[in-house]
Amino acid sequence: MIEVYYPILFLGFFAALLAVIMVSISILLGRRTDMGKKEEPYECGVEPVGSTRDPIPVKFYMVAILFILFDIEVIFLYPWAVISRQLGLFGFIEMVVFVIILLVGYFYILGRGALKWD
Amino acid sequence: MIDYTSASIDFALLGPEIALLASAFLILVTGYVKSLGKLSPGVAFVGLVIALVLSLNQWGNQSSGFFGMVTCDDFGSAFKVIFTLIAILTLLMAHRYLSHKSLNRPEFYALLNISTMGMMVMANSTDLVVMFLGLEIMSLPLYVMAGMARRSPESNEAGIKYFVMGAFASAFLLMGIAFVYGASGTTDLRRLVTDYHYIVGNFKLYLYSGVAMILVGFGFKVGAVPFHSWIPDVYEGAPTPVTAFFSVGPKAAGFAVLLRLFVFGFAYIGLLSDVFWVLAALTMTVGNIMALRQNNIKRMLAYSSIAHAGYILIAFAVGGDSAVSAAMFYLVAYALFNTGAFAVLVLLETRTGCKSDFSELSGFSRLHPYLSSVLALFMFALCGFPPTVGFFGKFYLFSAAIQSGFIWLVVIGVMNSFVSVYYYLRVIKVSFFDQPQQTFVPVTYSPAIIVVLLITLAGTLGLGLFPQQLLDISQSAIFAFL
Repeated sequence: MIEVYYPILFLGFFAALLAVIMVSISILLGRRTDMGKKEEPYECGVEPVGSTRDPIPVKFYMVAILFILFDIEVIFLYPWAVISRQLGLFGFIEMVVFVIILLVGYFYILGRGALKWD
Repeated sequence: MIDYTSASIDFALLGPEIALLASAFLILVTGYVKSLGKLSPGVAFVGLVIALVLSLNQWGNQSSGFFGMVTCDDFGSAFKVIFTLIAILTLLMAHRYLSHKSLNRPEFYALLNISTMGMMVMANSTDLVVMFLGLEIMSLPLYVMAGMARRSPESNEAGIKYFVMGAFASAFLLMGIAFVYGASGTTDLRRLVTDYHYIVGNFKLYLYSGVAMILVGFGFKVGAVPFHSWIPDVYEGAPTPVTAFFSVGPKAAGFAVLLRLFVFGFAYIGLLSDVFWVLAALTMTVGNIMALRQNNIKRMLAYSSIAHAGYILIAFAVGGDSAVSAAMFYLVAYALFNTGAFAVLVLLETRTGCKSDFSELSGFSRLHPYLSSVLALFMFALCGFPPTVGFFGKFYLFSAAIQSGFIWLVVIGVMNSFVSVYYYLRVIKVSFFDQPQQTFVPVTYSPAIIVVLLITLAGTLGLGLFPQQLLDISQSAIFAFL
């Protein structure tokens, strides 16, 4: 019974091995440059030191988040596309309803002004 | 291959849900068009009324669709009617409050309708996955509604806390569903019932751990005691009409699912009665004792809602149709007088600078004898005094428990009711007998909130004098699935 789990064990082992090899190769072969900027924590391009209450532009975040939302929702179209012939007209109407629901969201963010750049 | 286009997909079952979703979409699309934005509350109201009519229409109709995942029965329809009524009352009391606090955005009304739709999906589901889906449709708008007052730190805290705790609870629930699926190979409640000999015989451990996690997940949602810690902060921080909605809507939905799961689904697990015994006793006691120490009325009502959840949990320990119909009766009664109490709070908070502390009530009765009497009546109903409906709610619950021999649980329940009298009557004491510290700023009424007060008042008194009708309805709703 336990044999069936060997592949998972191997997978874990090789994943760990690969990670160790890649890190050690970059330590051994890579060039080291110690600069001030590199020591700082990465904060998405925002100055890491200072008041946390400073207003920062969130335009990029907004667009990125909205893009991801729609992107993931549209992935739902793929399984439908694969068997769209079997599903026929009914499946098509269902998918139209789904797209309309997405469109409502799109018109909402347009009306809300979430995509305005200035 | 299953015929996906077959008639088993029956949209007539989802009429109320579709009406709510359509109205919410209409609000989202038109809300930010200049001249149409003001119509949002009206659109939401029309959607809710259509959903109410369609739900009433489904009464007496027994059918199942979507491959048995959605079942339309009297139990579900009764809860759908309760949800829409709660949402309508919330909408009526919210409009002026939100304008006063400059929170009157179209999203509120859309979120309210979507959340109500999630509750309906929960009440109608006979499949664990659909149940989870309904729970998430209900919860996600609630998180946003709790944090709606963006400029208020308390509201932000409420939103974040509710979101983190709610997501945590959902994770438990989902893990539990996975375990039950692992034990049984199905998420269909009916198959879980018919195959129980096989499941319990072979995969007892997995089934039990799954059921325990599901219980934890829904325990969070209804605020049963080891899982109640989020309730006071969220209830205090959220805008008051939203709190009114929280304290009855999601609670009723959670109990609807719990009833379906643990009275119909997993009733064969004998151990569950003891688990619910402990949960009920703990929830009642902790809720009532913590409520004693509160100085803020919203916070007091938050702990009181925990205590009332404890009373309803008695029915789960007892089981059987008389206890379950008593629980349903209690839910309706609680929804009525609790919404009424919150409506008075909303009126009080529509004045500038009011935070709903007890001390702010002094001098209330001199300026507003009628309104303060109404508040006093709701407090009597929360205590469970006759002739209000609160008395019959407790009476039916406790008598059902005594008939099944749960004497000690009833003793704990009655003792808790005595304890609760102290903090409910404190509201009356402060508003009627305390010397006012500062001048009481007068309250201004709006027609909508007067309608809310009249409906809740009529329900609290009318059902208190004639409780039999409601009891009959809840009994026939229970027979639909027992």
